[in-house]
Amino acid sequence: MIPLSWYLIFAACLFCIGLFGVLARKNAVTILMGIELMLNAVNINLLAFWRYLWAPKADGQVFVAIVIVAAAAEAAVGLALIISAYRRRQTVNANEMDMLKG
Amino acid sequence: MTGLQVVFLLIGAVTLASAVMVVAAKRVMHAALWLILALVGVAAAYATLEASFFAVMQVAVYVGAIAILIIFAAMLTRRSMEDDPARLNKGWPAALLAAGGLLAGLVYLFSRWTGFSSPARALPEGGENIAALGLALTAPEGFLVPFEVASLLLVAAMIGAIYVAGDLRK
Amino acid sequence: MTTESLIWLLPLPPLAAFLLIVLFTNRSKALSHSLALAGAGTAWLGSMIVFFRAVGQHDLAENPIHISFNWLPMVDEWFKMGVMIDPAGAVTLFFVAWTVLMIFIYSVGYHNFGQPKGDHDRPGLPPHGATVGDKKHAHKVPSVEPMYSRFFALISLFAFAMFLLVVSDNLLLFYIAWEIMGFCSYALIGFWYGKESARNAGVKAFLTTRVGDVFMLLGIVGLYSATGSLNFHEVLGNPDTLAKLAAADSGVLGLSLAGLLGILLFIGTVGKSAQFPLHVWLPDAMEGPTPVSAMIHAAAMVSAGVFLAVRTFPLVSAGRVGEELTSAMMVMAFIGAFTALFASTIALAQNDIKRVLAYSTIAQLGYMIAALGVGAYVAAVFHLVTHAFFKALLFLGSGSVIHGMEHGVLHTGEKIDPQDMYNMGGLKDKMPVTFWTFVAGGLALSGFPLVTAGFWSKDEILTGAFGGHHWWVFGTLAVSALLTAFYTMRQITLTFLGKPRTKSAEHASENKTVMVGPLVVLAVFAVGAGWAGIPEKFPLLGGLIPNWFGEFVGSMLHEEAHHAESIVPLLTSLVVSLGGLYLGYMVYRDVKQGSPDPLARMGFLYKVFKYKYGIDELYHDVFIRPAVWISEVFTYRWIDKGLLDGIIEGIGKVALTLGRLVRNYIDIPLWNEGMTDGVGGGVRRTGDALRPVQSGRVQMYMVLAVLLVLVASVLFLFFAA
Repeated sequence: MIPLSWYLIFAACLFCIGLFGVLARKNAVTILMGIELMLNAVNINLLAFWRYLWAPKADGQVFVAIVIVAAAAEAAVGLALIISAYRRRQTVNANEMDMLKG
Repeated sequence: MTGLQVVFLLIGAVTLASAVMVVAAKRVMHAALWLILALVGVAAAYATLEASFFAVMQVAVYVGAIAILIIFAAMLTRRSMEDDPARLNKGWPAALLAAGGLLAGLVYLFSRWTGFSSPARALPEGGENIAALGLALTAPEGFLVPFEVASLLLVAAMIGAIYVAGDLRK
Repeated sequence: MTTESLIWLLPLPPLAAFLLIVLFTNRSKALSHSLALAGAGTAWLGSMIVFFRAVGQHDLAENPIHISFNWLPMVDEWFKMGVMIDPAGAVTLFFVAWTVLMIFIYSVGYHNFGQPKGDHDRPGLPPHGATVGDKKHAHKVPSVEPMYSRFFALISLFAFAMFLLVVSDNLLLFYIAWEIMGFCSYALIGFWYGKESARNAGVKAFLTTRVGDVFMLLGIVGLYSATGSLNFHEVLGNPDTLAKLAAADSGVLGLSLAGLLGILLFIGTVGKSAQFPLHVWLPDAMEGPTPVSAMIHAAAMVSAGVFLAVRTFPLVSAGRVGEELTSAMMVMAFIGAFTALFASTIALAQNDIKRVLAYSTIAQLGYMIAALGVGAYVAAVFHLVTHAFFKALLFLGSGSVIHGMEHGVLHTGEKIDPQDMYNMGGLKDKMPVTFWTFVAGGLALSGFPLVTAGFWSKDEILTGAFGGHHWWVFGTLAVSALLTAFYTMRQITLTFLGKPRTKSAEHASENKTVMVGPLVVLAVFAVGAGWAGIPEKFPLLGGLIPNWFGEFVGSMLHEEAHHAESIVPLLTSLVVSLGGLYLGYMVYRDVKQGSPDPLARMGFLYKVFKYKYGIDELYHDVFIRPAVWISEVFTYRWIDKGLLDGIIEGIGKVALTLGRLVRNYIDIPLWNEGMTDGVGGGVRRTGDALRPVQSGRVQMYMVLAVLLVLVASVLFLFFAA
């Protein structure tokens, strides 16, 4: 049997790699990929805790389903925003998207 | 070490390695392809948790839909970054510090937590587990309202994405 | 259909109307207002059915009509969302449904549906009128509102929020509805966003009420953590919980926990119902279209505030012994009575017909709060109901007057303010229906004896204050009632009686049925609503009609209200109302065009009233100017531009100088281009690397945020463990 801690550390690593991608990559599309990695890490955590502490009740899984829905919505809107910004400013560089700067 | 543990370690290694490649790859297209591998790895991890429904969902939604969406976006915006050789921004050491610090903090917290000894719970045989999830999502005393709200969110996101990405001025 | 599911469905028709108008029908004015009217009409019909079913149930207070579903799983139980109708909710539903429907119908006429498009009308500005006829016989007529559909969409959303608020069974749903209403009021007060004053008024209303809302949220959170539930019936209808809360010490100013939570929630009321010191937004809210003023000041917004105070009354009065007031009640009584007097004096000196009504609203709300403060619960609810009817009537009436005056202004082409009462006069014969309904509303407001609803509810409040031996509340309210009668008569005299003071007033004309019809309906209630609550012990009339209202709403309280018998409050209310009306008429009956206000002879005092005690200016100086100064001068110019940019640019400059020095005196002479990218460049890169701290780049901010959270958690673990 795999110990619960393995899943948690696996998820923590995945989360931090994704976080680094979000924080450090220039390209907005790659930033979005980082966010997807982070969301996946969260889902692993949720499922692991469900499996070890909550099964066979279904509640824990419901959260995963909702997170997947939210992730799908986020990806669709995020990519649409990137394409819209690209069309207007010919760039997907997050550093150059600073129109809100005062 | 049991066979399952070996399998899990393999899955974990592949997934984490591809995740690293996602954030490290020079070209966005390569990063997107590595992302697909990482997502498949996560699906396999779901499978080891006996969450077969979500393993399938992961492949269908992430690998099938979101990854394709990202590849399209990468192709549509490819021209803009070609003349910029640096893939990381100037603040990347700080970002590394932040991400590394978070990982260290989490590992430290795990090392102090004592709940790891609990064994996995028993799951009923056959498809009972998935049927229970289905009931929980659709029963009024369960999560019907969040479920419906989530579907509303999807529709809103779809309309919003079309509105934002479509060039309405033409 | 069962009553429970009917209550569920009540708020939905206006919401559906809002969505349909926004998404589909906003290009068609006729379709949009049909949808809005259908929504309001359906909600009205449902409300009436619910109301009469609720009235038919005997033990409604102990067993309110209630249905709920599991919403959020908490640690060991569910947080439930649901709807509930108890006696207080039922009577509120009754007046909300009627006034909302009347306001909707009236809006069709007020926004000139069916009139031609204006010559120069633009969205965001009030319509300026259209020219019709050929060149020889061209004349100006009112033009249709350019954003007609938008108006009906927003006001439908407003109605949805109000219905939701009335039927909600817990404070969280209540708060959600409350905030939707806050947004709608912002959007509707600033409806004519092309005018700067309207924009500012919208922002002012939003921010001022927000101050109260923050405290209210604190109260909600506190109540939940203290009792584990936000359900009205479970928490506030449960004597054991209340006793426990009243016994617990909050540790703040010696208040009990119940008192502290009650006061926090009451501050929400202070903001929403425009009580002193958060009253400043309400007069400015007159910038919106008149139906909105009626909606805000009668049917919805301010009533919601008092309704909250009514709902939380058990909390405020928890731990009360006999006639003695709890400290929270003292606060309410003081603020209410003070606001009533304070706003009445300001209303004396206003010339804008709507502003007088605005201040009178503040004063009447003060009345209700004071009534709750002295424990006259039934009287407060009673006054809430009657006030909603007659104040909606007065606002719609004043809108009708303004509309008629605008007609005259368009006709004559004069450049005058159609809202200034000194430009009116003699409108009695030009606009008879408006006149008679306005008189009905005005008499109700001033408490004209026996006939009008306002008399009965005010009399009960005075009786309550007198019976509890709260002399200062009683005295303040009596003086305020005198002033109310005085300025109401001043308004009626200046507007309708005497001779026209301008040409426009001579050419004013009565409005269409769609506008005056609702006035007549509301006038019926403004007079008749009071007969439902005539006290049994009233001389002669008492007992002729059963005091249905007192029994129905009074059943909400666990202990019986008992009044000391006395003729003094009755005599007082007779004297102040008749005396005020008489004085008002005598002073203002022949004011000529251009002559100053007779009250101006009071000199300094008049100026104080006229300029509203300078509260607006005070707030502007004390809150707004420092806030602007901090953001503009301190943060932006000093910290941002001076300090941070200075440091960063300084580092850059030092680095540059250093680099240049190094290059010129060490690099070139010594190593002779040996170290092209040497110390200078390194330091300069450091400077460059520091610059992005103020870059507006999201990723940089996120890195900082994560690092800060890390540092904070390390500190927390270090010190907590």
